[in-house]
Parts: sequence; C-alpha cells; structure tokens
Amino acid sequence: MNNESLVLFFIVAVALVGLAVGFSMIIPPKSTNPVKSEPYECGIETQGTTWVQFNVGYYLFAIIYLIFDVETVFVFPWAVVMNPIGPDGVLRNANGMRSFVEILIFFFVLGLGLIYAWKKGALKWQ
Amino acid sequence: MGYQKYDLAPLTHSIDQYLYSHLSSTWAFLAEMTLIGVVFLIFYAVIGLYLVLAERKVCAFMQNRIGPNRVGWYGVLQTIADLFKLLLKELITIRKADKLLFNIAPFIVIIASFLGIAAIPFAMGLHAIDFNIGIFYIMAVSSVGVVGILIAGWSSNNKYSLIGAMRSGAQIVSYELSVGLSLLVIVIYSGTLQLSTLVESQADGWWIIKGHIPAILAFFVFVTAGTAETNRGPFDLAEAESELTAGFHTEYSGIKFAFFFLAEYMNMFLVASVAATVFLGGWMPLHIPGLEGFNNAMDFIPPIVWYFGKTAFVIFLMMWIKWTFPRLRIDQLLNLEWKYLLPINLVNIVVVALIVLMGWYIK
Repeated sequence: MNNESLVLFFIVAVALVGLAVGFSMIIPPKSTNPVKSEPYECGIETQGTTWVQFNVGYYLFAIIYLIFDVETVFVFPWAVVMNPIGPDGVLRNANGMRSFVEILIFFFVLGLGLIYAWKKGALKWQ
Repeated sequence: MGYQKYDLAPLTHSIDQYLYSHLSSTWAFLAEMTLIGVVFLIFYAVIGLYLVLAERKVCAFMQNRIGPNRVGWYGVLQTIADLFKLLLKELITIRKADKLLFNIAPFIVIIASFLGIAAIPFAMGLHAIDFNIGIFYIMAVSSVGVVGILIAGWSSNNKYSLIGAMRSGAQIVSYELSVGLSLLVIVIYSGTLQLSTLVESQADGWWIIKGHIPAILAFFVFVTAGTAETNRGPFDLAEAESELTAGFHTEYSGIKFAFFFLAEYMNMFLVASVAATVFLGGWMPLHIPGLEGFNNAMDFIPPIVWYFGKTAFVIFLMMWIKWTFPRLRIDQLLNLEWKYLLPINLVNIVVVALIVLMGWYIK
C-alpha cells in the first residue's frame, strides 16, 4: 500500500464515529426537560460561568516543553545516522566521533537550559 | 531464517492480483480500499471492546473479585452488550455548551488513535502503511489526541471538564518528551525509523537484550511515560473520579462517551504495540545467536502470535501498574517527568551514543 492510503484511514475513522453518532441521534428515544440540560456538577444549580480566566499553573512547563519538543525533532535525524553501522550491517558513517561530539555540545547547552529553569523555580508547581 | 515461512505478503499480493485481474483498475482500487477499511474497522472495534473487558477482568482478579461473568461464557460478551446499550442511549448536549466543538471532539480523538494503528506491523507482510519515518509518524499522529481532549473539556461548559482537560493537557504534553526520547535510544541503536526494518534488525535478538542496560532503562521509561500519556492510573489525574467525576468527558453521554473510552483503550494498545515493536522485537520470534535448535523451535510459532503475545504482556504490565499504585498528585506527576525521567533520558541518550560509537552492544 502506498502512503496516500492514509486518507483511507482518515475516512474510515470519520465514518466510524459519524455513523454511530448518526444512528444514536435518530434511533434512541428522546425527552427534554430544563434540569436535564444543566451541567453535571454537584447536584445543585451551578454558580457562575465556566469560561472564566483562571491561573494555568503549568504555563512555564508549556514553554519549556516547547523548547524540548523542538529539540527532539532536531535530534531525530541525528539519531538515525549516529550508529556507524547501518541497519543492513554496512559501515556508513565513518566519522562517528564527530556526531558524538556534536551531540555532547548540543545536550550540554540543553542541559544548561534545564538546570537554569530548575534553579529559577520554573519546575516547581505553584 | 525459519520465520519467513509465515510471510503473509504472498497472501496480500494474491488478493491484490485477484482483484486487479477480475475488475477494472478503478473498481479494484476501490474494492481493495473498502476491504482494508472494513478489516481495520472490525479489528479496531474488537480490540477496543476486548481491552475494556480485559481491564475489568484483570482489575477484578487483582481485587479478589470475579468480574463480569453474566453475559456469555465468563462474561466474554459483556462489552458488546454494553456497546449496544450505549448505542441506544440518548445523546445529551447540555445548555450553553459549544455545540460545534462538543460534536467535533470525539472525531478528533478517534482519528488520532486510528491513524496511529495504521502504521503498526502486525506480522510479517501484514503492514498497512510502511512509512520510512514510522516511529516519528506514530508519535506525531498520536499526539493530536490531546487537542480532542482539550476541545472536549473546554466545550462542555462544565468546570470539572475544564479542569480535567487542562490537567490532561499538561500531563500529555510533558510525558510526550519522555516517550520520544526513550524511543530515540533504539533509533540510535538500529539506525532506522522504519518499523519494518526495525523489526528485521531484531532477528538476532530483541533490542532490549542486544542494547542491554540503556535499552532496559529506556523500556521502563517508555512504559511509564506511555502510561501517563494515555491518562491511565496512577497518572489518571485528568479523570480522577473522586474529584472530577469523569474529567473531560463528564458531559458526554451514550455513544460519544463510548468513543472517548474506546480511544483511551486504543491509545493504550498503541503504546503497548510500539513498546513491543521497538523494544521487544514486534513479530520477530525470540532468537539467541548460536542456539540453532532453539531458534528453529521458536520459528514454529507464527509471528502474529508473537506480536499479540508481546503486546498483551505490555498491556498487562500497564494494567498491573494501574491497579497497584495510588494516584499521584499533580506536582509529583510533573516532578517525576521533569526532574527524573527527562534528565535520565538525556544522560541515557549520550551513553547510548558512546556505546554505539565504541561498538559495546551485542551486534
């Protein structure tokens, strides 16, 4: 199968949910009353609106995550060619030492960033 | 090698050729696509339903109960009965919920897990899509699910849902790093991202054996981070029943709720499959270099049995973890990732790079 068939899996997934939800919207009996459409919270009427501004305690985590996630993307191509011997058992990267030193420098800078964030208290839950 | 006698590629090719020789190329293409779509749909639904049942049974035995045993023999039809019950339940959309996003959310979580399953090699020659960036693709696609969870929580107009979704977002986003970095260890060893090549490279021993200490460490980090990424206990803060009723899917009813449940279990299956494929050799039988008789005996077990056996083992491990440990607090959860797993992973990768450079692993 070629890679375009990914579209097929997308269509099948949409069809799975769409058909089941469609069936469920038509067949089952329906009834409505004002209490039924209240949010399920404590059993009593809910207070205030839901969509308020609130303190997202992991805002800093999200920023650090972004850095490390981009870093993971950068490390993937390196990881594929790091091993001097390829998956077919043939020597393909004679200059393995250079790749190793490169990743040492890369991770050193990255580690400094992590230590900095740690010392600044960005990794502490407030 | 002996395992090649179970190669399923001739079978799939013969079906392909049969269709193309009996139908015009457009119709043959459509028939083939329909066939694959239907097979995957049934596979997806059956695996999802039986994972729910397996979870309930494992949980029951760990708590010294019997578990579902009324519908069918040993309760084997229980989840199918549940599915039909949920299909026949009314879909409730609560007042003031954001209707469009509320309806879109189940689609996104299902699409994310379904696309991930598409790239898994189930047996030799039984592989729907064999990308040359397989591992990367699975990571990329499965992380789309968090968008669905956030949309579901936000659009529900329920405070529990919103808090659950936000927690879930922080958790999935954090643990994704560890998932990626622990898979990198094996990528460095094998030098490929393609899942079929990765499995073939384990013909003389699985990577967890060949890669010794770093690979074992990476396996445990992967299982921990994978458990957290699928929102399972002891990391199930997003749907901590005692505080948030059901977290982000509190307001969903009937079949929409079922889809969130299904997606959660299929994500677990996906994590277990990736763990089995990358670390435990996928469909590759257990081979020990030098022991010809043993290797030949192992080759008699078909690859598909090996694949499902290993996946079932990892799934059982995850269930065992869930039913053994108490739930973590949010700060403990984030500490575990940022102060333990991430530094361990970074050091592990440097160590693996050195090992590979020096050739200290079992080739």
